[in-house]
Parts: sequence; C-alpha cells; structure tokens
Amino acid sequence: MEKKNKKVVVLPCSGIGKVFGALARETTYELVERVRPNSAVTTCLAKLVIEDTETKQLVKENPVITIDGCPKECARKSAESQGVNVARSFQTIDFYKAHKDMKPEGISELDETGRRLAAIAADELATVIDELAVQEEQ
Amino acid sequence: MDIQVTKIGMVSCSGEELPEGTISRIACRKVLTDLKPNETVTICLPLFIAGGEEERKFAKKYPTITVDGCEKLCAAKSTEMFSGKPSKSLVVPDILKKHNLSAPKKLRHFGDEDQAAIQAVADEIAKSVKEVLEND
Repeated sequence: MEKKNKKVVVLPCSGIGKVFGALARETTYELVERVRPNSAVTTCLAKLVIEDTETKQLVKENPVITIDGCPKECARKSAESQGVNVARSFQTIDFYKAHKDMKPEGISELDETGRRLAAIAADELATVIDELAVQEEQ
Repeated sequence: MDIQVTKIGMVSCSGEELPEGTISRIACRKVLTDLKPNETVTICLPLFIAGGEEERKFAKKYPTITVDGCEKLCAAKSTEMFSGKPSKSLVVPDILKKHNLSAPKKLRHFGDEDQAAIQAVADEIAKSVKEVLEND
C-alpha cells in the first residue's frame, strides 16, 4: 500500500478581542512557516463562509485542524457548519495551562512571551501534522 | 424619537493568508484603543459567523464598518449575510494604493517600515467612523 502525503490545513480563529485569539494565529504561523512549512498550510477562515471555491476544495481534499482562542470554538464550529470534517481541534488556553510560567500579553500582536508560547505550541502540534499528513492511499 | 448612534462595530477580516489581513486586524485594534475608543467596538468575525448572538444583534442594531484584506470581501459579505449591509466597506489594498504605500511582505511581526501602512488604514477607518456618526 502506497503512502501519500497530504497538506494539513490549519485554521485558527484569530479572535480579535482576546490574547488567546492572537495566540491561535501566531501558533498557526509558527506551524506553517517554521515547524512544518512543507506539510502545513493555512487559509482564511472567513473564505469558507463566502463559499470560496478554492478554499472549499482545499479543506475537502486535505485534513483540517482548528486552533481556537476561547471555549466558544468559533473556528471549529465555523468549519463544521460549512461541512468540513475537522480532524483535530485545539484551544490555546490549554497550551498556557501546560506552561503556566508563560503568560501571553498583547492582542494586536503578542509580546515576546506570547511568541515563545506559540512556538512551543507549534512544536507540540508537529506530531499531529505529521500523523495527518500521511494518508494511506487505497 | 431618534436614537443617537454612539457606537460603530468594526468587523475586520483578519485574513490569515495575507499581510493585508494582519494590517486590517492591527489597524482595527488601533482605532479601538487609540483613535476612537469611545465610538467603536470590534466585532469578532469568527464568533459572528459561528452564530454569536450578541455580535449579530449588535450588527443589526448599530452601524458597522467592515475592513477587508482583499477583494473577496469576506467581512463585508458575511456582515451583510448575517446582519445587514455595512455602513462602510473598506478594502486595505485600495487604501494603500490611495496613499501610495506597499503592503508588508510578511504575514506577521511587522517592523517600523510597515507602520505607515497600518496608520493609513487606521486613519481611514477613523475617518469613516466620523462620517458614519455624522450621517446617522
């Protein structure tokens, strides 16, 4: 059986009012730019809602993970409401709970501590990307 | 009796794919915290499209200004879809072109060289806030 590598689509909420929304966005950029640039990609969450053809095809053909900044889980719910099968969903508060000494600050842009926490979160999500990127071709 | 509008909802696209999405997000925050703190609120687009009742009610009751990072106009279209036509629909590339400015080349961690673009967009939003309040 042949293994086929897929891209993993990372959808953050990017919530504009909370530091944990900014953390979701930064974690996504860490994943797609530094940690897994060849297998992780992101797209605009809002493009799903306007039925953008390319975006719908991207999330239909590839595994999707969501990263949310609060328990309302808007990224996950928005994706699922558009028929996306979300493979795994995460909340950035959980990364902070696991690293309580790193309290992120900043909403427009994260402070240095927030950026370090995002880097750690992305490192921890690397194995998830790796697992999902390898799909067994029938 | 006329109800005087005192708050405008800003809806930023926050487009993750584009530097212009990051500009939109930062510029809206700048208006909220520095330029028009008493006249504006930000509406969280993901919450809005996920069914946030408060956000949708606010956007139905009060004027909104949408700020999009590209011509797909996701924020404007989503606002119209769920709550009503925005009072103003701004597009970051149009604003940058008007001011003869370039968009940053990267998605995050903007430097000093990118601040003029952010300020131009924030100023344009603030100007729109003033216009909407005057006309409403």
